[in-house]
Amino acid sequence: MAKISISEWFSKNKQAAKPIETERLEIPDNLWVKCPSCRAAIYAKDLKSNFKVCTKCNYHFKLSSRERIELLADAGSFIELDSNLRATDFLDFKDTAPYKKRIEDSILKTGINDAIICGSCLVSGIETELGVMDFSFMGGSMGSVVGEKITRLIERGIEKKAPVITVTTSGGARMQEGIMSLMQMAKTSAALQRLREYGVPYIVILTDPTTGGTTASFAMLGDVHLAEPGALIGFAGPRVIEQTIRQKLPPGFQRSEFLLEHGMVDVVVQRKELKDTLTKVLRFFVE
Amino acid sequence: MADTKNLLAFEKPLLPLFAKIEELKKVQDTGKLDMTEEIKMVEKRIEVMRREIFGKLTPIQIVQLARHIQRPNTLDYINLIFTDAVELHGDRNYADDPALVGCMAKLDGKSVMVIGHQKGHTTKEMLKRNFGMANPEGYRKALRLMRIAQRAGKPIISLVDTPGAYCGLGAEERGQAEAIAKNLREMAALTVPFITVITGEGGSGGALGIGLGNRVLMMEYSIYSVISPEGCASILFRDASRSGEAAVASKLLAKDLLELNVIDEIIKEPVGGAHNAYAPAAQAVKASILKNLEELNKLSPRELIADRYRKFRKMGIFIEV
Repeated sequence: MAKISISEWFSKNKQAAKPIETERLEIPDNLWVKCPSCRAAIYAKDLKSNFKVCTKCNYHFKLSSRERIELLADAGSFIELDSNLRATDFLDFKDTAPYKKRIEDSILKTGINDAIICGSCLVSGIETELGVMDFSFMGGSMGSVVGEKITRLIERGIEKKAPVITVTTSGGARMQEGIMSLMQMAKTSAALQRLREYGVPYIVILTDPTTGGTTASFAMLGDVHLAEPGALIGFAGPRVIEQTIRQKLPPGFQRSEFLLEHGMVDVVVQRKELKDTLTKVLRFFVE
Repeated sequence: MADTKNLLAFEKPLLPLFAKIEELKKVQDTGKLDMTEEIKMVEKRIEVMRREIFGKLTPIQIVQLARHIQRPNTLDYINLIFTDAVELHGDRNYADDPALVGCMAKLDGKSVMVIGHQKGHTTKEMLKRNFGMANPEGYRKALRLMRIAQRAGKPIISLVDTPGAYCGLGAEERGQAEAIAKNLREMAALTVPFITVITGEGGSGGALGIGLGNRVLMMEYSIYSVISPEGCASILFRDASRSGEAAVASKLLAKDLLELNVIDEIIKEPVGGAHNAYAPAAQAVKASILKNLEELNKLSPRELIADRYRKFRKMGIFIEV
């Protein structure tokens, strides 16, 4: 297996990369991107070559699941699995729009079928089972499809004795699926219990934001927890907590560094070092 | 007699009848006239009217019943169903959480571990118990107690009644998400029979955090949901006042969850709800626990784990294209 550095590989794939996510900060021609954190205008190419991290303030822009896979998996090694699973509106749930329509719209908008992409891949030559969530699909919410795909990912990990990696970004459970979304917490956690019994390692990479039912299940059950700098990670969202305690939250509350300090995260890793650190962790287990 | 002070809005049509009974009793007390027959008649009318009201409850009315201030709590059930109870305290790490209680006890003479949320019935008790919203130490205590039961080979009964896990500053600092996640994983591995009863409010992760029973039973007027109807209305409908609609849409009633195979059994409540008749309600819970326990007692530790895994593994509704 030929090894190339991440930056080399990133530049190689520049043409193939999707347009940069600019949120509401679109600037004509996508030449410049405004950093949502420090408001500095960054040259889009610089942002790209810096792993979509602000060159001025180190703000880590959100990555799509495809971009994340490009970052972590060895080039060409990722084989997507279970992409045929689709959400269904079994409760006939309608809020401001019917759930059925939300699913269809999200598939069209994001080009992916639900809030997670799962598959087998090599990470620095090590066989792994990788599941990457995508915040752009209904806020990365966990419904039956996300729960099932993660469970199957874990089961493949058991079968192949391959380390399981999840990259999390999620607003929590998918409310449009009611109680069934809550049950996905039980299902994924129970599967992780089996993974543990089989002695297969499980690594979680927490990215911005990871909250709610996702955090309270498979995102907090890793043998090792890596987190990107400044990522919001928590059980309840900050707004809910502020409403509950009726006071402003201290700066940095629920950010990766806060979780590190409080013992919930092993390492806060800069994105450009993420693959290297992940590789070292994987090697600890497999070599 | 009924607790007229805490009547819910939809029970208000009963008020004149309760007043009537009071009146008749006063006359009776004077000793001049025998009103026994009249009182009986009015009581019958109350019963009939109650049946009528409770026969057509809307989801949000059931939500109100599930949250009723007089609805029996875990400690009430422990008093009514179990004997020889010894309450155990603390997570051995940080603190004791009064919102989640646990007892060693006997059920029909056999040892069991009972854990459950405790809301309280008075303002003072509710404040002390944080309205049944547990902190991480509550979930860690629950796990400690479950492990004691496992080592002793005794069944576990969990009683769920919480608006949700507490969303406070300290809860986040001490790892609320990790505490719940770990419970989910560890409950999956328990080698002893484990029964969960949703007795009141089954509030999301806070409920599930002690809710991975081999059997999940639900009382008739309890609810179990991923988010409260109010939260659902304010987030999804952008209007907190539409909680009634949200309660319908979320399918949080026992009959809905039975249909979805999320729960195994509905425990019937006395007419008027558990808060109106503690003893019969508790007896119904006891009977259901005993029946299910008898079935689970036939399984080996390995079978119990497999049984629980199968149950939760199949949860989820999706299509494969």
